[in-house]
Amino acid sequence: MNTAVFSSKFDQVCYILDKYDHDPHMLITILQEIQAEYAYLPEDIMTYVATALGISPGQVFGAATFYAHFTLEPKGRFVIKVCDGTACHVKKSTLIIKAVEKKLGLTAKKRNDDSMLFTLETVACLGACGLAPVVVVNEDVHGAMDGKKMEVLIDEIRERENAK
Amino acid sequence: MRNITVTVDGISVTQDGEKNLLELIKKGGIELPTFCYHSEISVYGACRMCMVEVEGRGVLPACSTKPEDGMVVHTNTRQIRDMRRMIIELMLASHAQDCTVCPKSGECRLQDISKQLGVTKVRFKNVPREAPIDDSSVSILRDPSKCILCGDCVRTCTEVQSVGALDFAYRGAAAKVVTCFNKPMAEIECVNCGQCVKVCPVGALTPKYQIAQVWEAIYDPTKTVVVQIAPAVRVALGEYFGLKPGTLTIGKIVGALRIMGFNQVYDTCFGADFTVVEEGKEFLSRLSAGKDLPLFTSCCPAWVKFAEQYYPDLLNNLSTCRSPQQMFGSLCKEELATKLGKKREDLVVVSIMPCTAKKFEAARSQFLVDGNPDVDYVLTTKELSLMIFESGIDFDKLDLSSFDMPFGFSTGAAVIFGTSGGVSEAVLRFAAESIQKGAMREFKEFRGTEKGVKISEVAIGDKLLSLCVVSGLANARKIIDKIRAGDLYYDLVEVMACSGGCVNGGGQPITRDNKLAIAERSKGLYDNDRMLQFHVSSENPYLQKIYSEDLTPQSSHELLHTSYENRKRIVLDDFVISGTQDGVKLTVSICFGTSCFLRGSQELYKKLTAYVHSKELGDITEFKANFCGKLCKKGPVVSINDKTLENCTLEMATKEIQNVIGR
Repeated sequence: MNTAVFSSKFDQVCYILDKYDHDPHMLITILQEIQAEYAYLPEDIMTYVATALGISPGQVFGAATFYAHFTLEPKGRFVIKVCDGTACHVKKSTLIIKAVEKKLGLTAKKRNDDSMLFTLETVACLGACGLAPVVVVNEDVHGAMDGKKMEVLIDEIRERENAK
Repeated sequence: MRNITVTVDGISVTQDGEKNLLELIKKGGIELPTFCYHSEISVYGACRMCMVEVEGRGVLPACSTKPEDGMVVHTNTRQIRDMRRMIIELMLASHAQDCTVCPKSGECRLQDISKQLGVTKVRFKNVPREAPIDDSSVSILRDPSKCILCGDCVRTCTEVQSVGALDFAYRGAAAKVVTCFNKPMAEIECVNCGQCVKVCPVGALTPKYQIAQVWEAIYDPTKTVVVQIAPAVRVALGEYFGLKPGTLTIGKIVGALRIMGFNQVYDTCFGADFTVVEEGKEFLSRLSAGKDLPLFTSCCPAWVKFAEQYYPDLLNNLSTCRSPQQMFGSLCKEELATKLGKKREDLVVVSIMPCTAKKFEAARSQFLVDGNPDVDYVLTTKELSLMIFESGIDFDKLDLSSFDMPFGFSTGAAVIFGTSGGVSEAVLRFAAESIQKGAMREFKEFRGTEKGVKISEVAIGDKLLSLCVVSGLANARKIIDKIRAGDLYYDLVEVMACSGGCVNGGGQPITRDNKLAIAERSKGLYDNDRMLQFHVSSENPYLQKIYSEDLTPQSSHELLHTSYENRKRIVLDDFVISGTQDGVKLTVSICFGTSCFLRGSQELYKKLTAYVHSKELGDITEFKANFCGKLCKKGPVVSINDKTLENCTLEMATKEIQNVIGR
């Protein structure tokens, strides 16, 4: 039996909306929790949230674009955050970024790979300068990285996913 | 309470209801420049043009400062003067410099204030915003590159109209006023009322002009061009030519249109008389049947779209009568074309309206016959003024002229359509007259443009009727929500989208003292009513002639009535909530639109997923959400495979699921 149906993301949206009693003042919290489910904020879900909260979709869009925390673009299942803060930068983090771009066929505009498995992001500082250059993949921190190690890491994740 | 007295540049001024320091300073005779202050909407304090120096407190924005007793205010110190000029220079530096070809040129606050402050040089490099023009809407042209982020449109759309089609998005230097998801104006919940156009101080929002198309029609020798003029235009157009608001200029307008080359000049009020008679009959018959009450008026196209989007369950209560513009259009294309021996396509109907939403109304599919619209082009009051200027007509010296017959004759009841309360009064006059001959009277309780909601009881015959006249869609929403909840009851509800009615339409002249202008224009219409021979629409002899000679009950229904459609707020595709990759045998599609949501579609969805789970059908089931917006009166709507279930309950849905899977 497919359990995906019954723990669907949309059920969670309904649950989240109910949990906050459809209170428009809780918009940001609601959007945060929805993003935790979808990994981004889809337009149709934002419209649904507007309907459910009795506000205009424009207001939801305004809040969603105001905070850098929210993303309106779908992301891959593995978000690779390469730190490009001062410490990581001098330790050649740009080479890691280039390596990931080359490996996954990404450009300055295209940040998701074709299989939607990976998304590349650069961040200003992760606060772990002792480990520079640092890369965080989802929740896992990898210190003292370089281009070669990055390629190996990507291959490993791919293999693991293919085996599933 | 002690009086609050403030000294403004040495003159002492006492507060008497003024809401803030800005208004008090104005009372003292100093008009501070502002971009973002409008008395009808909330104070935003964004433009910083109204900064004043308050002794002991420093430099403050007057709009968001409460007057306090003994305040000593200076409005034009060196510091403030420098500051204002600097702000204007910075605004100009990031603004497009194509003033000469801007549709707002002449009515632009940025132009005015730059001139007022004597800014003749900008010290900074010009780096205009770059953003494409959105010309998707038939009513409103949006040029975001001209936006100065005052937020007037955002607050008007949200606070006055409760629509919220425009809002701020992004942040800091990237902040912009956008439509939701950056969609084109034509695909969102904008009701086209044009109130944003009226408050926009620059050329970011303007009516979408159809002037070029109208000239083309006039120049085309194969076309007969007929023009109709709405009531609210005749008391406002003069303002473009230095006359006071409310000055009746109908004779000059007709004269100007003849010079420009329109073949026949008629009056929308003729159509309005038909609207009154049809709507009056409809009202009386609904009253006696006790069905589909309250009756909502339907002459305002912005309100109609609003109702279609937010109150689809009340569409049966909307009068089926076409608006005066559309009654005129269909009568023209049907009756007049026959009389003139013209083909429908060769008769071009142009209407001159105080309204941007009328452009949208004319383009509605209900008003097309074989692809040809009943009304071909709609010009706003503003566009008419531009055409008069373009023709070089000296409005001052212009000879008066009168309408052509028969579509140019109207009663006073039709003229007052142009102001809030006018439609109700016209319908009541008709109802009173048809119940008892000679019983017609004026219904002054519904007059005035100050109040957004006017409620009164009137006796018609032996019946006591309860009426509500509302203008401004946020006011309408409050009233309708209470009606829907059963807390309020009225027999007739008149709704006009713009505060004060059509006299304040989105296509009307933009004035500094809008409240006063609306009141004066409204008064102009009531004065005009008094000057006319008839005050009840059914007394119009030309209307009687058309009813008795040309119209059958069948054709009058076809030509004078219409239908409404449920509308999505914004255009979106269905999306899959959950499903399996393959082997889908059961597709359950649930509408989550506003109306279905209120009718419990979310609850139904939860129960259905639980049901599918308990029957172990998860492997073959796909759940989809949509915003169908088609059967809103019959929500919640659920489709199972190809079968659509209206007013769906869990029992109905499970029965159909069992049918499909054969268990």
